[in-house]
Amino acid sequence: MAVLAALPEALASAVHDGDSVALEGFTHLIPHAAAHELIRQGRKELTLIRMTPDVIYDQLIGAGCASKLVFSWGGNPGVGSLHRFRDAVEHGWPRELSIEEHSHAGMVNRYVAGASGLPFAVLRGYAGTDLPEVTSSIAPITCPFTGERLTAVSALNPDVAIIHAQKADREGNVQLWGIVGAQKEAVLAAKCAVVTVEEVVDELTPVPGAILLPHWVVDWVCEVPGGAAPSYAAGYTERDNDFYVRWDAVSRDREAFGAWIAANITEAE
Amino acid sequence: MSTVHSAEEMMTVAASRALAGRRTCFVGIGLPSLAANLARATCAPGIVLIYESGTIGSKPDRPPLSIGDGSLAETADTVVSSAEIFNYWLQPGRIDTGFLGAAQLDRYANLNTTVIGDYRRPKVRLPGAGGAPEIAASCQETIVIVRHTKRIFVDRIDFTTSVGHGDGPGARERLGLRGAGPVKVITDLGVLEPDPETRELVLVSAHPGTDPADAAAETGWPLRIAPDLATTDPPTPGELGALRALNS
Repeated sequence: MAVLAALPEALASAVHDGDSVALEGFTHLIPHAAAHELIRQGRKELTLIRMTPDVIYDQLIGAGCASKLVFSWGGNPGVGSLHRFRDAVEHGWPRELSIEEHSHAGMVNRYVAGASGLPFAVLRGYAGTDLPEVTSSIAPITCPFTGERLTAVSALNPDVAIIHAQKADREGNVQLWGIVGAQKEAVLAAKCAVVTVEEVVDELTPVPGAILLPHWVVDWVCEVPGGAAPSYAAGYTERDNDFYVRWDAVSRDREAFGAWIAANITEAE
Repeated sequence: MSTVHSAEEMMTVAASRALAGRRTCFVGIGLPSLAANLARATCAPGIVLIYESGTIGSKPDRPPLSIGDGSLAETADTVVSSAEIFNYWLQPGRIDTGFLGAAQLDRYANLNTTVIGDYRRPKVRLPGAGGAPEIAASCQETIVIVRHTKRIFVDRIDFTTSVGHGDGPGARERLGLRGAGPVKVITDLGVLEPDPETRELVLVSAHPGTDPADAAAETGWPLRIAPDLATTDPPTPGELGALRALNS
């Protein structure tokens, strides 16, 4: 049953050192405020899971919160590299980061399997690529009906899924729309779900194409207006594309990055 | 408007022309997105552009910075989840053309977007696969757009992220890949196509003002040049105007 709480309280209760955590979102509704709170709380040894790790994973990795990344595309969308992610993989700074790497189709099917209570999912994928050689959660499988060779990927069941959505009601029913990525699958696959929302309202009104997550599959709901910025929440805020461009220079340099984290997260008022 | 075009503009125009007659295109961000939107403004007005963020039929006025930009969703015919875009739309082979870029490419148009150097301690860690492996596997055909440099056109790619023509004739069939694979590689110097027999890339057209020797010099294997090498038609004023309007 969903509990409405302040973000620091919800995350202190939901996320522990060593947990596997999926902060999902496909360049829309990225839970920036929640990621910053994890850094503020000094979480360590997290396994971070995400199809498209972007700036918030760069920040969590650079701040030393993560020991492993499970992902399918790690970049600053439309800009280029994630320099803190690269520094961790290329030089082990600020600590070694192990990686488990997939394609988007593989990652999303891992969430689907997790949400469906299955140990694995099947897809046409990876054949001829080098990914199965480096990723143990990819394996060939034979169709029992046709004999066709296909690919299996193991289920993902994160300890915690964290997403940002547009609205919740006071019971904790959550509504999100626009580009909805793999958020529903991540929430249903996870053992615990934390949702930040733009606003909590008395009654949810239907929106075309919206997903509704019933209150009984959500553990925590936190009202955090602007909690996706500099990403965006369709209907509420615009994407701050300039921030993503500026992040390139901040994240290239270890000191500039450290100063940014201090000024904007750990020592921010 | 200056009618003098840059090599970059020639590349984008040539890539847009490759979409003439196509009904649906799965679009990567960056150069593919710019070329696909130019095609929509010129030779393929009805083409359905599909982005891996789940937007189907996007009609942005400006090329988006990222595949999640609001304009892609707001102008789309429909927006679907990640599971749906890959499982229902891409995987069954419904999409005519996949449009991809790469950090490295070999003579069979196999693509690397994962690492430069050793996988465990890479010299350069690239973003990774994203949707590319399944776009390369499942679209009816793919078109690759890359700058023509020795850094990209290498003898051996450091990691196979997405399969082109594998190790040559019959490779895709042996791997069970149902799409035809790369049909064109479009660069700032010319257009390459796989040889129908060997599947090795052959330079079939050189852009105006470039010498096929330039392309050969920027290729990390002995580049084959078609005996009937064509010269690419330069951008028309209409194409250039539409491209510059998109970029303005």
